[in-house]
Amino acid sequence: MDLEFIISLIVQIVMIGVIAVALMTAFAAMVMVERKLLGRFTLRYGPNRVGKYGSLQIIADMFKLFFKEEVIPGHVERTVYLMAPGLALVPALMAFAVVPIAGAPFTLPFQIMGTPITINPWIANVNVGVLYILAIGSLGTYGVILGGWSSNNKYSLLGGLRTSAQMLSYELPMGLAMLSAILIVGSMQLTNIVEFQASYLGGFFWLILVQPVAFIVFYICALAEAGRSPFDLPETENELIAGFSTEYGGMKFGLFFAAEYVHMIVVSFIMATVFLGGWSGPFAQQAPFLGIGYLLIKVAFILFTMIWVRASIPRVRFDKLMKFCWKFLLPVSIANAAATALVLAVLFF
Amino acid sequence: MIKEVVTSSTEIARAMGVTIKYFFTKPVTHQFPDEPVEVYPRFRGRHVLKRHENGLERCIGCALCAAACPTDCIYVEAAENTDDERYSPGERYAKVYTINMLRCIFCGYCAEACPTEAVVLEHDFALAEYDRWDAIYPKERLLEPHDASKVVVVRDDEVFVNVSRWGKK
Repeated sequence: MDLEFIISLIVQIVMIGVIAVALMTAFAAMVMVERKLLGRFTLRYGPNRVGKYGSLQIIADMFKLFFKEEVIPGHVERTVYLMAPGLALVPALMAFAVVPIAGAPFTLPFQIMGTPITINPWIANVNVGVLYILAIGSLGTYGVILGGWSSNNKYSLLGGLRTSAQMLSYELPMGLAMLSAILIVGSMQLTNIVEFQASYLGGFFWLILVQPVAFIVFYICALAEAGRSPFDLPETENELIAGFSTEYGGMKFGLFFAAEYVHMIVVSFIMATVFLGGWSGPFAQQAPFLGIGYLLIKVAFILFTMIWVRASIPRVRFDKLMKFCWKFLLPVSIANAAATALVLAVLFF
Repeated sequence: MIKEVVTSSTEIARAMGVTIKYFFTKPVTHQFPDEPVEVYPRFRGRHVLKRHENGLERCIGCALCAAACPTDCIYVEAAENTDDERYSPGERYAKVYTINMLRCIFCGYCAEACPTEAVVLEHDFALAEYDRWDAIYPKERLLEPHDASKVVVVRDDEVFVNVSRWGKK
């Protein structure tokens, strides 16, 4: 093994650590921002006692979760019970790996042992990036269903089944919405998808312009996948006793909580990358750091709309949730994909 | 089905419109310990035992307030005034006058029953205590004029209702 390979390996591992820490920090910030925004939507201030404008509230909450007694109920399937929160969180973090956060690799201003160090703006640039996202997204279901099953509690099991049924159903229209986008780009690699969007119409050929229906379907499915309101049947804090996480407390509950928020953030990144042009924007090719800014602005906007939706729309009933997915979203997304394919075939072949 | 999609989409859009309108409205939350609460002049808060202008107590120890109290939270023990120890202008004064604030329902019947307007419900409402025995107010605490200017502000926009016109069109 030569030196260059070892150094690139170390750089890669450091990058993975940095991204994971950044996502967990984003989760903490997101909880804070969501509570503040929901407060403003309902004519309240939200938390504003701890720190300036309540900015340290999340640290206080985290301390509380960490220092709670680790209660493991006697009737649970111990190994699986302890594994489930991690199984929920890790796939949510992993999906971020293929998202390109900028246009070009960064070169660090110093050298280590005579080797210049370049940092790629992605962790993995796999050529089946979209498939990878869908596959990893499905893995998140395991955490939920295993958490519900290992709790050895009827209500948790029912909650887990309910949640996994929801997540599996909404994956189908999500994949078909992605398919419509892929058909236009002709590649599943996320870097190619962004470059395609950046190279036409002066860098503003965002796929939302040609695939608005696919974007809306993807947005709805993203809400359902991340367990966000109005599809927050997984938690249903107020009427269905928190579903699969009933038997969890302390930081184990915190991990489920983190998984939901990380899922939401990562899915926003994917949405911004596939439909809103990712890092592309004016001068983003020349200055890669600008690209990160553009991407973050787009993601922040999507996250804001998610909170806005939560503040506006009441939770749907479970049978209507399934009916909406199978009888409306799925036919619409199939029709959209078919129409896209037909138009492309007529235009280009 | 298309009609259903259109109507439900417009409904969702309307709901989102309503929420975004309130997003840009000032919150109605009252930041209580930081900002004072506005109360009307006739707001019934903690009792205060009033004094005459020359410093003598108004209370004459008649215990009519205790009799009027629906929750029995007032305890009065009267004693005779002497020329050496004079507390009130009349013959008798209240040697012991305690109000149990945990039982009090702030109905104001004591203030109505009082012949000398000695006991008055004023505007202080922040009555929380660390020890529940502290909630039994002795006479010394009731005689102090309340200083709640930090938490209570009296409003001056009270709408007076003409009682004699009640029930008439």
